Amino acid sequence: MNENDLQEFSLQLLRSGDRAEVARLVDAYSTKIYRLALKMLSNPQDAEDVLQNTFLKAMQALPKFEGRSSLSTWLYRIAVNEALMTIRRAKPEVDITLKNGENEDTDDDLLLTSFTDWCCLPEGELMSSEAQNHLDKAIHKLPEKLRIVFILRDLEGLSIRETSETLELTETAIKTRLLRARLKLREMLSAYYGERLGQEKI
Amino acid sequence: MRNDINCDAFLEELSDYVDGVLGDTLCKEIERHIEDCGNCRVVVDTLKKTIYLYHETAAQTLIPAEVRERLFHRLSLEDFIQEEK
Repeated sequence: MNENDLQEFSLQLLRSGDRAEVARLVDAYSTKIYRLALKMLSNPQDAEDVLQNTFLKAMQALPKFEGRSSLSTWLYRIAVNEALMTIRRAKPEVDITLKNGENEDTDDDLLLTSFTDWCCLPEGELMSSEAQNHLDKAIHKLPEKLRIVFILRDLEGLSIRETSETLELTETAIKTRLLRARLKLREMLSAYYGERLGQEKI
Repeated sequence: MRNDINCDAFLEELSDYVDGVLGDTLCKEIERHIEDCGNCRVVVDTLKKTIYLYHETAAQTLIPAEVRERLFHRLSLEDFIQEEK
Protein backbone atom coordinates (compact mmCIF):
# COMPACT_ATOMS: atom_id res chain seq x y z
CA MET A 1 0.00 0.00 0.00
CA ASN A 2 2.81 2.40 0.87
CA GLU A 3 4.64 1.83 -2.36
CA ASN A 4 1.71 3.12 -4.34
CA ASP A 5 1.14 6.41 -2.70
CA LEU A 6 3.10 8.40 -5.23
CA GLN A 7 0.69 7.21 -7.86
CA GLU A 8 -2.33 7.64 -5.65
CA PHE A 9 -1.63 11.26 -4.83
CA SER A 10 -0.58 14.04 -7.10
CA LEU A 11 2.53 15.56 -5.58
CA GLN A 12 2.05 18.53 -7.82
CA LEU A 13 -1.41 19.22 -6.45
CA LEU A 14 -0.26 18.62 -2.87
CA ARG A 15 2.71 20.97 -3.28
CA SER A 16 0.53 23.68 -4.72
CA GLY A 17 -1.78 23.40 -1.73
CA ASP A 18 -4.79 21.95 -3.56
CA ARG A 19 -7.25 21.61 -0.68
CA ALA A 20 -9.24 18.70 -2.11
CA GLU A 21 -6.06 16.68 -2.64
CA VAL A 22 -4.83 17.56 0.85
CA ALA A 23 -8.18 16.45 2.29
CA ARG A 24 -7.80 13.13 0.47
CA LEU A 25 -4.35 12.70 1.95
CA VAL A 26 -5.67 13.47 5.42
CA ASP A 27 -8.41 10.86 5.05
CA ALA A 28 -5.98 8.25 3.79
CA TYR A 29 -3.63 8.68 6.74
CA SER A 30 -5.62 10.04 9.67
CA THR A 31 -6.53 6.63 11.10
CA LYS A 32 -2.96 5.37 10.74
CA ILE A 33 -1.47 8.43 12.41
CA TYR A 34 -4.12 8.51 15.15
CA ARG A 35 -3.59 4.81 15.90
CA LEU A 36 0.18 5.20 16.02
CA ALA A 37 -0.14 8.10 18.46
CA LEU A 38 -2.76 6.36 20.58
CA LYS A 39 -0.71 3.16 20.93
CA MET A 40 2.46 5.14 21.55
CA LEU A 41 0.96 7.48 24.17
CA SER A 42 -2.08 5.57 25.57
CA ASN A 43 -3.95 8.83 25.94
CA PRO A 44 -6.68 9.86 23.49
CA GLN A 45 -6.21 13.60 24.09
CA ASP A 46 -2.46 13.43 23.52
CA ALA A 47 -3.05 11.24 20.47
CA GLU A 48 -5.42 13.82 19.01
CA ASP A 49 -2.88 16.60 19.58
CA VAL A 50 -0.20 14.56 17.83
CA LEU A 51 -2.61 13.87 14.96
CA GLN A 52 -3.43 17.56 14.49
CA ASN A 53 0.17 18.75 14.83
CA THR A 54 1.38 16.11 12.38
CA PHE A 55 -0.96 17.30 9.64
CA LEU A 56 -0.42 20.99 10.44
CA LYS A 57 3.34 20.49 10.04
CA ALA A 58 2.88 18.35 6.96
CA MET A 59 0.69 21.00 5.30
CA GLN A 60 3.29 23.66 6.03
CA ALA A 61 6.10 21.51 4.68
CA LEU A 62 4.31 20.07 1.62
CA PRO A 63 5.29 22.89 -0.77
CA LYS A 64 8.92 21.92 -0.15
CA PHE A 65 8.38 18.14 -0.15
CA GLU A 66 10.78 16.69 -2.70
CA GLY A 67 9.57 13.13 -2.68
CA ARG A 68 12.92 11.66 -1.72
CA SER A 69 11.13 9.41 0.74
CA SER A 70 7.60 8.19 0.16
CA LEU A 71 4.74 10.34 1.43
CA SER A 72 3.87 7.59 3.86
CA THR A 73 7.37 7.41 5.37
CA TRP A 74 7.51 11.17 5.55
CA LEU A 75 4.16 11.47 7.37
CA TYR A 76 5.00 8.65 9.78
CA ARG A 77 8.33 10.34 10.55
CA ILE A 78 6.62 13.62 11.44
CA ALA A 79 4.12 11.73 13.60
CA VAL A 80 6.83 9.74 15.41
CA ASN A 81 8.71 12.95 16.20
CA GLU A 82 5.55 14.58 17.51
CA ALA A 83 4.80 11.57 19.70
CA LEU A 84 8.34 11.46 21.06
CA MET A 85 8.18 15.18 21.84
CA THR A 86 5.00 14.61 23.81
CA ILE A 87 6.69 11.85 25.82
CA ARG A 88 9.76 14.02 26.45
CA ARG A 89 7.59 16.86 27.69
CA ALA A 90 5.85 14.53 30.14
CA LYS A 91 9.02 12.75 31.25
CA PRO A 92 11.97 15.10 30.70
CA GLU A 93 14.17 12.92 32.89
CA VAL A 94 13.88 9.89 30.64
CA ASP A 95 16.28 9.54 27.74
CA ILE A 96 14.34 8.32 24.75
CA THR A 97 16.64 9.07 21.88
CA LEU A 98 16.06 6.37 19.32
CA LYS A 99 19.73 5.98 18.48
CA ASN A 100 21.61 3.05 19.89
CA GLY A 101 22.40 3.45 23.55
CA GLU A 102 25.43 2.15 25.41
CA ASN A 103 23.83 -0.93 26.85
CA GLU A 104 21.38 -1.62 24.10
CA ASP A 105 22.08 -5.28 23.76
CA THR A 106 21.43 -6.94 27.05
CA ASP A 107 20.49 -10.50 26.38
CA ASP A 108 18.01 -10.46 29.25
CA ASP A 109 15.43 -9.27 26.78
CA LEU A 110 15.76 -12.44 24.83
CA LEU A 111 15.10 -14.75 27.74
CA LEU A 112 12.24 -17.13 27.18
CA THR A 113 10.56 -18.06 30.42
CA SER A 114 7.04 -19.03 29.47
CA PHE A 115 6.20 -22.19 27.56
CA THR A 116 2.47 -22.33 28.16
CA ASP A 117 0.52 -22.97 24.99
CA TRP A 118 -2.49 -20.67 25.24
CA CYS A 119 -3.22 -20.61 21.50
CA CYS A 120 -6.18 -22.97 21.98
CA LEU A 121 -8.15 -20.43 24.02
CA PRO A 122 -11.36 -19.47 22.20
CA GLU A 123 -11.22 -16.32 20.06
CA GLY A 124 -13.86 -14.66 22.25
CA GLU A 125 -11.56 -15.02 25.24
CA LEU A 126 -8.43 -13.96 23.36
CA MET A 127 -10.16 -10.83 22.08
CA SER A 128 -12.43 -9.95 25.02
CA SER A 129 -12.45 -6.28 25.95
CA GLU A 130 -10.53 -7.15 29.11
CA ALA A 131 -7.93 -8.94 27.00
CA GLN A 132 -7.67 -5.98 24.64
CA ASN A 133 -7.05 -3.71 27.61
CA HIS A 134 -4.31 -6.04 28.62
CA LEU A 135 -2.78 -5.95 25.13
CA ASP A 136 -2.67 -2.15 25.35
CA LYS A 137 -1.11 -2.23 28.79
CA ALA A 138 1.55 -4.68 27.65
CA ILE A 139 2.52 -2.53 24.69
CA HIS A 140 2.84 0.46 26.99
CA LYS A 141 5.27 -1.45 29.22
CA LEU A 142 7.75 -1.72 26.37
CA PRO A 143 10.57 0.84 26.37
CA GLU A 144 9.76 3.58 23.85
CA LYS A 145 12.48 2.57 21.39
CA LEU A 146 11.07 -0.96 21.17
CA ARG A 147 7.45 0.18 21.27
CA ILE A 148 7.72 2.43 18.24
CA VAL A 149 9.35 -0.32 16.15
CA PHE A 150 6.62 -2.79 17.07
CA ILE A 151 3.86 -0.27 16.31
CA LEU A 152 5.22 0.63 12.88
CA ARG A 153 6.01 -2.93 11.85
CA ASP A 154 3.29 -5.06 13.42
CA LEU A 155 0.39 -2.66 13.94
CA GLU A 156 0.81 -0.38 10.94
CA GLY A 157 2.20 -3.12 8.73
CA LEU A 158 5.28 -1.28 7.45
CA SER A 159 8.08 -3.42 6.07
CA ILE A 160 11.46 -3.64 7.81
CA ARG A 161 12.85 -1.27 5.18
CA GLU A 162 10.04 1.26 5.58
CA THR A 163 10.38 1.12 9.36
CA SER A 164 14.12 1.68 9.04
CA GLU A 165 13.58 4.67 6.73
CA THR A 166 10.93 6.17 9.00
CA LEU A 167 13.08 5.94 12.13
CA GLU A 168 16.37 6.55 10.30
CA LEU A 169 17.90 3.47 11.87
CA THR A 170 19.61 0.54 10.16
CA GLU A 171 17.55 -2.50 9.17
CA THR A 172 19.69 -4.57 11.54
CA ALA A 173 18.77 -2.31 14.45
CA ILE A 174 15.10 -2.54 13.49
CA LYS A 175 15.21 -6.32 13.32
CA THR A 176 16.92 -6.58 16.70
CA ARG A 177 14.41 -4.28 18.35
CA LEU A 178 11.47 -5.94 16.69
CA LEU A 179 12.50 -9.37 17.99
CA ARG A 180 12.97 -7.98 21.50
CA ALA A 181 9.62 -6.21 21.43
CA ARG A 182 7.80 -9.27 20.14
CA LEU A 183 9.39 -11.60 22.69
CA LYS A 184 8.63 -9.27 25.59
CA LEU A 185 5.01 -8.99 24.50
CA ARG A 186 4.77 -12.75 24.09
CA GLU A 187 6.00 -13.17 27.67
CA MET A 188 3.47 -10.66 28.99
CA LEU A 189 0.62 -12.20 27.02
CA SER A 190 1.64 -15.71 28.09
CA ALA A 191 1.40 -14.65 31.74
CA TYR A 192 -2.07 -13.21 31.16
CA TYR A 193 -3.56 -15.88 28.93
CA GLY A 194 -1.81 -18.64 30.87
CA GLU A 195 -3.87 -17.60 33.86
CA ARG A 196 -7.07 -17.70 31.77
CA LEU A 197 -6.11 -21.17 30.63
CA GLY A 198 -5.67 -22.29 34.22
CA GLN A 199 -9.14 -21.04 35.08
CA GLU A 200 -10.70 -22.80 32.12
CA LYS A 201 -9.30 -26.13 33.15
CA ILE A 202 -10.71 -25.87 36.68
CA MET B 1 27.15 -28.59 7.44
CA ARG B 2 24.75 -28.41 10.33
CA ASN B 3 21.95 -30.88 10.39
CA ASP B 4 20.05 -29.16 13.09
CA ILE B 5 20.00 -25.92 15.00
CA ASN B 6 19.84 -25.45 18.73
CA CYS B 7 17.39 -23.33 20.70
CA ASP B 8 19.69 -20.27 20.75
CA ALA B 9 20.23 -20.29 17.01
CA PHE B 10 16.49 -20.80 16.61
CA LEU B 11 15.85 -17.60 18.53
CA GLU B 12 18.06 -15.60 16.17
CA GLU B 13 15.93 -16.60 13.19
CA LEU B 14 12.57 -16.47 14.92
CA SER B 15 11.30 -13.10 13.64
CA ASP B 16 12.20 -13.86 10.04
CA TYR B 17 10.64 -17.30 10.40
CA VAL B 18 7.27 -16.05 11.65
CA ASP B 19 7.31 -13.32 8.98
CA GLY B 20 7.85 -16.00 6.34
CA VAL B 21 10.96 -14.35 4.90
CA LEU B 22 13.53 -16.94 5.94
CA GLY B 23 15.43 -18.85 3.25
CA ASP B 24 14.39 -22.45 2.48
CA THR B 25 17.33 -24.16 4.13
CA LEU B 26 17.02 -22.34 7.46
CA CYS B 27 13.28 -22.66 7.33
CA LYS B 28 13.52 -26.43 7.06
CA GLU B 29 16.06 -26.53 9.88
CA ILE B 30 13.69 -24.60 12.10
CA GLU B 31 10.81 -26.88 11.22
CA ARG B 32 12.95 -29.90 12.07
CA HIS B 33 13.94 -28.28 15.33
CA ILE B 34 10.41 -27.50 16.47
CA GLU B 35 9.26 -30.98 15.63
CA ASP B 36 11.56 -32.26 18.35
CA CYS B 37 11.59 -29.31 20.72
CA GLY B 38 8.21 -28.78 22.35
CA ASN B 39 9.20 -25.52 24.05
CA CYS B 40 10.38 -23.90 20.85
CA ARG B 41 7.20 -25.01 19.11
CA VAL B 42 5.13 -23.28 21.80
CA VAL B 43 7.26 -20.16 21.39
CA VAL B 44 6.59 -20.11 17.63
CA ASP B 45 2.85 -20.69 18.07
CA THR B 46 2.35 -18.16 20.85
CA LEU B 47 4.53 -15.58 19.12
CA LYS B 48 2.50 -15.89 15.91
CA LYS B 49 -0.66 -15.57 17.96
CA THR B 50 0.70 -12.52 19.79
CA ILE B 51 1.40 -10.74 16.50
CA TYR B 52 -1.98 -11.81 15.11
CA LEU B 53 -3.87 -10.47 18.14
CA TYR B 54 -2.14 -7.09 17.93
CA HIS B 55 -2.84 -6.99 14.23
CA GLU B 56 -6.53 -7.63 14.90
CA THR B 57 -6.85 -4.95 17.58
CA ALA B 58 -5.05 -2.47 15.34
CA ALA B 59 -7.53 -3.16 12.55
CA GLN B 60 -10.33 -2.30 14.98
CA THR B 61 -8.77 0.99 16.06
CA LEU B 62 -10.27 3.63 13.78
CA ILE B 63 -10.27 7.38 14.12
CA PRO B 64 -13.49 8.42 15.93
CA ALA B 65 -15.79 10.57 13.77
CA GLU B 66 -15.58 13.54 16.15
CA VAL B 67 -11.78 13.39 16.18
CA ARG B 68 -11.77 13.44 12.39
CA GLU B 69 -14.20 16.35 12.38
CA ARG B 70 -12.07 18.41 14.78
CA LEU B 71 -9.00 17.60 12.68
CA PHE B 72 -10.65 18.94 9.53
CA HIS B 73 -11.65 22.11 11.36
CA ARG B 74 -8.13 22.57 12.71
CA LEU B 75 -6.72 22.22 9.20
CA SER B 76 -9.33 24.62 7.77
CA LEU B 77 -10.66 21.82 5.58
CA GLU B 78 -14.18 21.82 7.06
CA ASP B 79 -15.80 21.95 3.63
CA PHE B 80 -14.46 18.40 3.01
CA ILE B 81 -15.82 16.81 6.20
CA GLN B 82 -18.72 15.10 4.41
CA GLU B 83 -16.53 13.29 1.93
CA GLU B 84 -15.38 10.42 4.09
CA LYS B 85 -15.23 7.13 2.25
